Amino acid sequence: MKPEDQESTNVATLDPGPDKIIGPGHDYGTVTDEISGVVLRPFLKTPPQMFIGFAIAFILVNLLMVAVTWLFVRGVGVWGITMPVAWGFAIVNFVWWIGIGHAGTLISAILLLLKQDWRTSINRFAEAMTLFAVACAGMFPVLHLGRPWLAYWLLPYPNTMWLWPQPRSPLIWDVFAVSTYATVSIIFWFTGLIPDLATMRDKAGNATTRKIFGVLALGWRGSAKHWARYQKAYLLLAGLSTPLVISVHSVVSFDFAVAILPGWHTTIFPPYFVAGAIYSGFAMVLTLAIPVRRWYHLEDLITMRHIECMSKVMLGTGLIVAYGYAMEAFMAWYSGGQFERYAFVNRMWEGGYWWTYWILILCNIAIPQLLWSRRVRMSIPAVFVIALIVNVGMWLERFVIVVTSLTRDFVPSSWGTYYPTIWDWSTYLGTIGVFLCLMFLFIRGLPAISIFEMREVVHHNAESEHAHRD
Amino acid sequence: MTKDSPQYWRSLEELAQTEEFRAFVEDEFPNRTPDWNDPTSRRRFLTLMGASIALAGASACTVQPKEMIVPYVRQPEEFIPGRPLFYATSVSTAGIATGLLVESHEGRPTKIEGNPLHPSSLGATDATMQASVLTLYDPDRSQTVTRNGNISGWGSFITALTEARDAAGLKQGAGFRLLTGTVTSPTLAAQIQDFLAGFPAAKWHRYEPCGRHSVRAGAVAAFGQPFNTIYRFDRAAVIVSLDADFLGPSMPGNLRYVRDYSDRRRAAAENATSPPPRLYVAEGTPSITGGMAEHKFRMRTSEVEAFAASLAQELQSPSSESSPDVRALAQDLSAHRGAAIVVAGDHQPSNVHVIAHAINQMLGNTGKTVVYTDPVEAGPIDEVASLTELVNDMRSGEVETLLMLGGNPVYDAPADLNFLQELKKVKTRAHLGLYSNETAAWCHWHIPEAHYLEAWSDARAYDGSASIVQPLIAPLYGGKTPHELMNALTNQADRSSHDTVRDFWRTQHPAQDFDEFWQISLHDGLIAGTTFIEKIPPAVRPAALSVARVTGLEIVFRPDPSVGDGSLSNNAWLQEMPKPQNKMTWDNAVWISPTSAQKYGVTTGDVIEIAFEGRKVDGPVWILPGHADESLTVHFGYGRTRAGKVANAIGFSAYALRTTAAIWHGSGAAFTRKSSGYPFATTQHTQTMEERDPFRAATFDEYHQNPEFANPEDKHVSPETTLFPMWGYEAHKWGMSIDLTACIGCQACTIACQSENNIPVVGKAEVAKGRHMNWLRVDRYYEGSLDDPQVSYQPVPCMHCENALCELVCPVAATVHSAEGLNEMVYNRCVGTRYCSNNCPYKVRRFNFFLYADWDTQSLFGARNPDVSVRSRGVMEKCSYCVQRINTAKIESEKQDRPLADGEIVTACQQVCPAQAIVFGDLNDPNSRVSKLKRQQRNYGLLEELNSRPRTTYLARLRNPNPELEKG
Amino acid sequence: MLTATKNPGQHPRVYGLMAEFDAPEPLLEAARRAREEGYRNMDAYTPMPIEGLAEAIGFQTNWVQRLVFVAGVLGGTGGFMLCWWMSVVAYPHIVAGRPLNSWPAYVPTTFESMVLVACLTAVIGMLALNGLPQHYHPVFNVPQFARASRDRFFLCIESTDPKFSFEETRAFLEQLQPRGVMEVEP
Repeated sequence: MKPEDQESTNVATLDPGPDKIIGPGHDYGTVTDEISGVVLRPFLKTPPQMFIGFAIAFILVNLLMVAVTWLFVRGVGVWGITMPVAWGFAIVNFVWWIGIGHAGTLISAILLLLKQDWRTSINRFAEAMTLFAVACAGMFPVLHLGRPWLAYWLLPYPNTMWLWPQPRSPLIWDVFAVSTYATVSIIFWFTGLIPDLATMRDKAGNATTRKIFGVLALGWRGSAKHWARYQKAYLLLAGLSTPLVISVHSVVSFDFAVAILPGWHTTIFPPYFVAGAIYSGFAMVLTLAIPVRRWYHLEDLITMRHIECMSKVMLGTGLIVAYGYAMEAFMAWYSGGQFERYAFVNRMWEGGYWWTYWILILCNIAIPQLLWSRRVRMSIPAVFVIALIVNVGMWLERFVIVVTSLTRDFVPSSWGTYYPTIWDWSTYLGTIGVFLCLMFLFIRGLPAISIFEMREVVHHNAESEHAHRD
Repeated sequence: MTKDSPQYWRSLEELAQTEEFRAFVEDEFPNRTPDWNDPTSRRRFLTLMGASIALAGASACTVQPKEMIVPYVRQPEEFIPGRPLFYATSVSTAGIATGLLVESHEGRPTKIEGNPLHPSSLGATDATMQASVLTLYDPDRSQTVTRNGNISGWGSFITALTEARDAAGLKQGAGFRLLTGTVTSPTLAAQIQDFLAGFPAAKWHRYEPCGRHSVRAGAVAAFGQPFNTIYRFDRAAVIVSLDADFLGPSMPGNLRYVRDYSDRRRAAAENATSPPPRLYVAEGTPSITGGMAEHKFRMRTSEVEAFAASLAQELQSPSSESSPDVRALAQDLSAHRGAAIVVAGDHQPSNVHVIAHAINQMLGNTGKTVVYTDPVEAGPIDEVASLTELVNDMRSGEVETLLMLGGNPVYDAPADLNFLQELKKVKTRAHLGLYSNETAAWCHWHIPEAHYLEAWSDARAYDGSASIVQPLIAPLYGGKTPHELMNALTNQADRSSHDTVRDFWRTQHPAQDFDEFWQISLHDGLIAGTTFIEKIPPAVRPAALSVARVTGLEIVFRPDPSVGDGSLSNNAWLQEMPKPQNKMTWDNAVWISPTSAQKYGVTTGDVIEIAFEGRKVDGPVWILPGHADESLTVHFGYGRTRAGKVANAIGFSAYALRTTAAIWHGSGAAFTRKSSGYPFATTQHTQTMEERDPFRAATFDEYHQNPEFANPEDKHVSPETTLFPMWGYEAHKWGMSIDLTACIGCQACTIACQSENNIPVVGKAEVAKGRHMNWLRVDRYYEGSLDDPQVSYQPVPCMHCENALCELVCPVAATVHSAEGLNEMVYNRCVGTRYCSNNCPYKVRRFNFFLYADWDTQSLFGARNPDVSVRSRGVMEKCSYCVQRINTAKIESEKQDRPLADGEIVTACQQVCPAQAIVFGDLNDPNSRVSKLKRQQRNYGLLEELNSRPRTTYLARLRNPNPELEKG
Repeated sequence: MLTATKNPGQHPRVYGLMAEFDAPEPLLEAARRAREEGYRNMDAYTPMPIEGLAEAIGFQTNWVQRLVFVAGVLGGTGGFMLCWWMSVVAYPHIVAGRPLNSWPAYVPTTFESMVLVACLTAVIGMLALNGLPQHYHPVFNVPQFARASRDRFFLCIESTDPKFSFEETRAFLEQLQPRGVMEVEP
């Protein structure tokens, strides 16, 4: 079967434009070969950008190793946290990463249920991103503990002392939500991979590769009965993940909403955290997809249509977030509560961090409005830059909520300030490194686009053409 | 070696012969005793082993003195494991004694308390006394006799000393000089006297850096003899303080004064019939007393004299041209003849004292509110002159041998004396001291001094009543007492200080029943019938007023609010104690008023070079609202070079600017700005209440008109406001009430809490980050004008909310409520999410960001309270209402099968408070003091509107301003 | 594995006969025809799911959703019971003045456990019902079958089928104009 791999991959890889989700002249074979080609091509044929990118990411990973070692040796005091600001970068990053981790499941689950066929060529990619983002997020709740080696005490497990967690605490909800989300994301992602792993197995050039993919493919053979159960299971996963993905960031928002701290104690948090999560998630998908599609010449599979759709989602969720900010501020004023009001006065101009708030407004609300214009949506560089800006903005949002609120609460005598240390930064950059490393490895080692779903797309296109002809 | 010093040991068996340990091993079946099975006493066994064997290396810490010392509580037949004993003793600050009860665990003094029977304590102590237990265990204390810096022995010192003495003896002792601080110890005084009797030409010099120089001078100027003045604030309706910080730690008897003063205020707050006192303060440097004042007249320290004079003038012949302040003041005073006090500050020149005495006599306060007795100290003398004389003699080479009993003149003598330079001319220089300090460094001989908890001695209190200093532990480092040195000088080197003191009092009380008398005196910590009787002084001679108008920038010298004159600088608790005025730690600063700061273009954190009388010192500026304009205040106690690891090279030495002429203040200072951005470490950054009302205050009149002022509608939450039924707390329901009317903000509670609960010290850098660990902080708020604000102090411990917000968010149930409503912190369970602190609206939780507790320094272990666990890294901690004390009391009452009595449980902060502002007790008992207090209408809960149901509540502050001045 | 053929020994033992198609539609057609012909033990292999194919080869009930429903109910109940048991039975404490059974606080945990158990069941159940993972299957003996995961569509009539007969079945498959008909080694 080897011969046709090579010849059949030379379908013109040009962007079919904003109305198509797949380039012209593709059949079952070509999509298969093009996508699997990314993985099966010889090591040295990897685009140089990948090597450079990975190298940088790997340096950051080592930075993380150093930072974490120092953290474990000395204690959380190496960070800038203090009294009253007992939560700092660790929690900011946790929420940021979790938020980013929402796009994947959303794309694969919700858009699947909504029958958005354009999701197909980005969902696998987005799911992987979800996994790695959640992995990064998962580190922080453990690292930020005063006694990280006792993190497992948050799990309900039988122990000689007969001590149990305290299920009223939002942190316990977090444990359940985040671990569930991680597990479900993994199985969702893997389930989606199984048929493609089979493809890889069957196309693999050398024996080892075949063996590896063979094992991973669990002996999938594409039986019609299997497909039937498979699709049912996949649909159910999607159905379950949809409320899950919404619940996860709601629960994360409870960490703040349940607390009494002015600036945290806000009922609108769950919806606008979820919106924010999707917002940042899509921003991150774009940030990653745009270079990758370029490096691997996947313009005909990740088309302008995808980019534009994602930009629109970004714009939409961005507006929800904007509404969230407005409502938050309005309620603070409308409540008449002295502390609530002050929390916002403090956030906007009194406190030392007022500028973070305005940069955040700029990044998350002002600049993304450019996406109203189709010209901007159609311009790859513009979208890429805006996506980056939104990533920054969403990080600042969490900073403003977590840190600025803590600096000034009820009793003026205990007001304080927070300055991140070099170790705060190293830990943050380090996790970005981890994220990118895993991402690069994934793109190189596994089909980054769902092959069998692309075949379905080809199939549907064919059918619809049929319909057109007669 | 003498008998007292630790025995050398040949084998562990021999070594382990401490009483407790012997008792323990002689017990045939240790396991049968129930207390052996409970972990505490097992831990004790280890303590004993450790104490007997390991620590014996550090010369037998747990060996108790072999003379019989008498515990305060009834002495158990045999040693009772795990139960602390209390011994009465007394501590001297600048020579004046305060009675103490010291808690001892297995022979280790761990906690200082006031002696309720002692007139100058009445059960209270101040921060310095609380912290003194840490000094006892300070590893930096000098540990051996040194000769020219090399380790030597007591024996060879005796030889050298005797030689020097005999050499002098040929010339009637000429050339032999003794330098001490202010001495009130009758025994020591007697010893010195009969030494001088033998050597008439020898001289005894006295110098106390922060002594009562001008008080003494004032008394002499006024009456011709150095009468001692005692004030009766419990009888005073109007108090005028002429820069007198009688509530602050620097004035002898202050603890008693605080008690008397606040008793009156509390009484007035509780029933409208008893009139509240009114306090006027004229001062330049904001003091604790100034913070309590109804009316504060802000003026330069050097202007107080003129103010006093005009007041006296106004009282004699009221005139219309004197200022409205003075007129109102005079009216108020003359309206309360015999019930007023005019008190002159220890740091004011003698003239002010003369005027004060005169006014008090004029108003007929003498004998009523102001009482005179014989001087407390032995042989009162102008100490500055005395030191000057010594220095002059050293210069002229007359001094051949100088024996310094304590003190540190090289560091703290007035700069213009050049003490060090002249000291070098003395042939034989010997120094006795707790630390091998700056002075010891320049002495041929240094002898480690015994800490007062290691020493036998005696001393007189502010009212003359004498009390015994009895040791709780044998000298850790073989320290010597001044008595032993004097014995050595009088050829009785092997006579112990115990015998010396005992024999002295035998001469005072030659009756048959001496042993009983001695017993009682030790037990009570007070020698009956030694309190001085009142004297009726002659009419005051009018003072020769110095009409010289003070010009130029004024510089004021003061003992540091936390470390005093510097003798306690190496005490980390005091270093980290936020100074009441500005909540600054680990530093001293140049205080300046906002206006002057603006005028001279400096701001907080600028380092300036102060030039005074040709001497220069660099110090960082602190802008202090309420400070007098055109005036700088600098504090002693810093800039140490040989204080120890803690205090070396922090702050600057104000002594370097002090001169004999300007002993407390002088004018003509100048300064230049050198750099900026000096990093201070403060525990409070926001100075005002930001339109909030954590601290609620009113005048007495307002209170009587509107008793509910402290509980406005929008703040108050009715008990019914709850979604779910509240818990019952049948057995007990602990609660606390803090009376802001009484509280003076002295910080003693903070240190008492630190001592009781093994709270670690974190150091300047961590404090600067906001990571200080004090469980009980005292908030300070400013109201009113920036230049002369009203100051309010508010102690904030854990509120033990019934709906504790911290508990809700803890994922591992590491903080939960006990059945008695205590908000408990389970250290072992805490994983350190710090969520509880984020959710605590009072921010009273403290977190161990690093391993703050010292697990390495052996000697410091002794100071720890064995009933409180030492926290480790990554764990949250907070006020526990002294749960260990609660449980001890409960166990006692159960053993005796009786209900707990109210007042049986006393928290550390409550026990130490001289103002008795803190009351703890059972809210289920309607007759408990705390329940009664909480029934007062001025009772309010901090942030009650959050429905957190705090168990700690406050009694609003009440003030009694003069309507005359209120108008103006 | 012995396959019962009509006249054993006459023909080599096979797992079944397999027809290869270019596109889904002919396969679908073929499957229908085979079923009308009376064949029951057969399976179709495709690189992607084809609507109606499973029904065409006679696949009726899909147990996955039933499993998942039960699992979800159990997971949810378990989650709530865990919280209730921890804070009321195993480790009762006064927390923030709340009642021991402050059930509203247990809702998030309940929901998450429900989702977790349900999702795990969906996937594990699906694999189990599919008999996966499976290390060997005869169809892989057909060289062309490698393209079943790329662009070819296969119909395999198994020899276990009562109506299976080497020649007739082969003839039947031939007339469906496949790319080819192959024997599947057992």
